[in-house]
Amino acid sequence: MGDQAVCALNNIDLHIASGEYVSIMGPSGSGKSTLLNIIGLLDKPNSGRYELDEKLVTNLSETEQAKIRREKIGFVFQSFHLVPRLTAAENIELPLILGGVPPEQRQIRVNEALQAFELKQRALHRPAELSGGQRQRVAIARATIMQPSVILADEPTGNLDHQIGAEVMSLLEDLHHRGTTLIVVTHDRELGGRAHRQIAMRDGKILIDHSDDTG
Amino acid sequence: MTLADTLRTSFKTVMSYHIRSLLIILAMALGVGAVVVLTALGDGARNYIINQFSSIGTHLLVVLPGRAETSGSFLGAVLGQTPRDLTLKDAQLLGRLPQIRRYAPLNVGAAELSAANRLREVTVLGSTANLIPIRHMKLAQGNFLAHGAERNAQIVLGAKIAQEFFPRSQAVGQRVRLGDSRFLVSGVLASQGETMGFNTDEIVIIPIDYAQAMFNTTSLFRILIEAKSHSDIEPAKQAILASLRQSHDGEDDTTVITQDAILETFDRILHALTLAVAGIAAISLIVAGILVMNVMLVAVTQRTAEIGLLKAIGATSIDIRRLFLAEAVWLSVVGAVLGLLLGQLGSFLIRLAYPQLPAWAPIWASIAAITVALLAGILASMLPASKAARMDAIDALNKK
Ligand SMILES: Nc1ncnc2c1ncn2[C@@H]1O[C@H](COP(=O)(O)OP(=O)(O)OP(=O)(O)O)[C@@H](O)[C@H]1O
Ligand SMILES: [Mg+2]
Repeated sequence: MGDQAVCALNNIDLHIASGEYVSIMGPSGSGKSTLLNIIGLLDKPNSGRYELDEKLVTNLSETEQAKIRREKIGFVFQSFHLVPRLTAAENIELPLILGGVPPEQRQIRVNEALQAFELKQRALHRPAELSGGQRQRVAIARATIMQPSVILADEPTGNLDHQIGAEVMSLLEDLHHRGTTLIVVTHDRELGGRAHRQIAMRDGKILIDHSDDTG
Repeated sequence: MTLADTLRTSFKTVMSYHIRSLLIILAMALGVGAVVVLTALGDGARNYIINQFSSIGTHLLVVLPGRAETSGSFLGAVLGQTPRDLTLKDAQLLGRLPQIRRYAPLNVGAAELSAANRLREVTVLGSTANLIPIRHMKLAQGNFLAHGAERNAQIVLGAKIAQEFFPRSQAVGQRVRLGDSRFLVSGVLASQGETMGFNTDEIVIIPIDYAQAMFNTTSLFRILIEAKSHSDIEPAKQAILASLRQSHDGEDDTTVITQDAILETFDRILHALTLAVAGIAAISLIVAGILVMNVMLVAVTQRTAEIGLLKAIGATSIDIRRLFLAEAVWLSVVGAVLGLLLGQLGSFLIRLAYPQLPAWAPIWASIAAITVALLAGILASMLPASKAARMDAIDALNKK
């Protein structure tokens, strides 16, 4: 909360198509998280326009933005952000509760998700009783349970060792293969290189925006 | 987020912080319980006193010499007047009023009673046969200054006196000496215990003429009057005052107290007392409210990251606010219900311990206690809930 105004992002002009797989890299403090938060409607740019699905969303009310976050966006964080007193199943269920999905349907969908992310055995365990990889699988299950069109992952492997991190990345990539837009912030060059489009940032600006021919 | 889900989710949260929740619920319950028990006590005392008061007579009026109002007696004192005495003639005059069923003149004094080698000082009432029905007394044996026989030197003994003086033999028919005169015991009162601080078990009653002679007076202490019906009480009071004014040369120098008026006064005072006690107990609910506020503020701080997460996955500020309010509602509701049960249990135990005391909590007190508990809990959690709702999602998420 310094008095000095910091320009976290400056002069960003970015267009991401539906179904793209994008990685954002750059040194610490370069504005990667800020960009991701703006895309996820958690943060507001001081100036400029942001369109999601060809609709201007910067001027929407808090409630309408919450609805978009609920229905179109799934967040995956470095530190998992699971609710410690809830079981894995209950954590996965949270977006469905917020979305007003009836309890019977919730049960079915949570079970499907547990199955899909190989968490059946861990359904009734609390986060403290899970490994890092399992925790991130729960977080990804939670991020996808509403079938969002965009997954935003801010250093999803930052708290995991290399092998588990790679497993988590391939889970996210599976989602991308099924049509979800995937945007991943990472420090890891190797993981970042797996994306079809790689964005490098520095001092709040986009330095490089490189797309693979294969993408 | 549906209301049912909000309630269910917050209920689970309340359950998972069990120590914290238990403390708040306990504080709420004690507050509500205190209101219930204390009002049960207050109302019980009120009913107890009213019952006692009702048991001394029905449609009762009491005439006493002197004016109760300060202005009258003050004027009388300045002019050097003393209130005129009530006399037997006054009493007889009142007895002819149409609103009056019966009357009993009354004198009170003390004298030494001796018989069977025993001696003790007793309270002496002088009256007529009507005293018994007017004052709702009962005879255990014999009869009471029978009508027409009032000129005889008869005496009625209180239950305890009779027991003391004639433990082995029948009291009725025995001769006793009271002061300098000899009396024949004609009856014994049934034991009644104490009513309104006056123990009828330790008195003796003799005919009014004898009492006046013994205490060397022509004036009366009181005239007890029973009106014919409840609606006759007020007219009777006016008629008595008018009649006495006439016979006292236009002077308003007597006071008439009606039992109803006294009852009403007692009722008012004790009701006010109950209210005051309930109010004091309700303060503990305010304290419980402050506890709720404190604990909820801590909870909001502790769960900052969780609030940020909920916002990130699409909870609106309203959802967050409702979740925290619902938590307070659960705590207050459970606390209030538990407090009500505690209060009822407490009242029940009081009734067990003091069977004379009808310690039932009035309905209004229970409703008020629950309402205040809910209001305190909800109001107290408004601030924490809106603090949570206003939280910035990113700041909340990044807070460790
Ligand atoms: N709450 C805040 N208040 C003020 N400045 C902030 C705040 N959050 C971020 N910043 C600043 O905004 C800039 C961009 O921050 P951001 O978190 O987006 O960086 P980042 O690229 O995600 O870094 P890292 O790799 O360390 O996560 C930084 O200069 C940072 O100091
Ligand atoms: Mg960051």
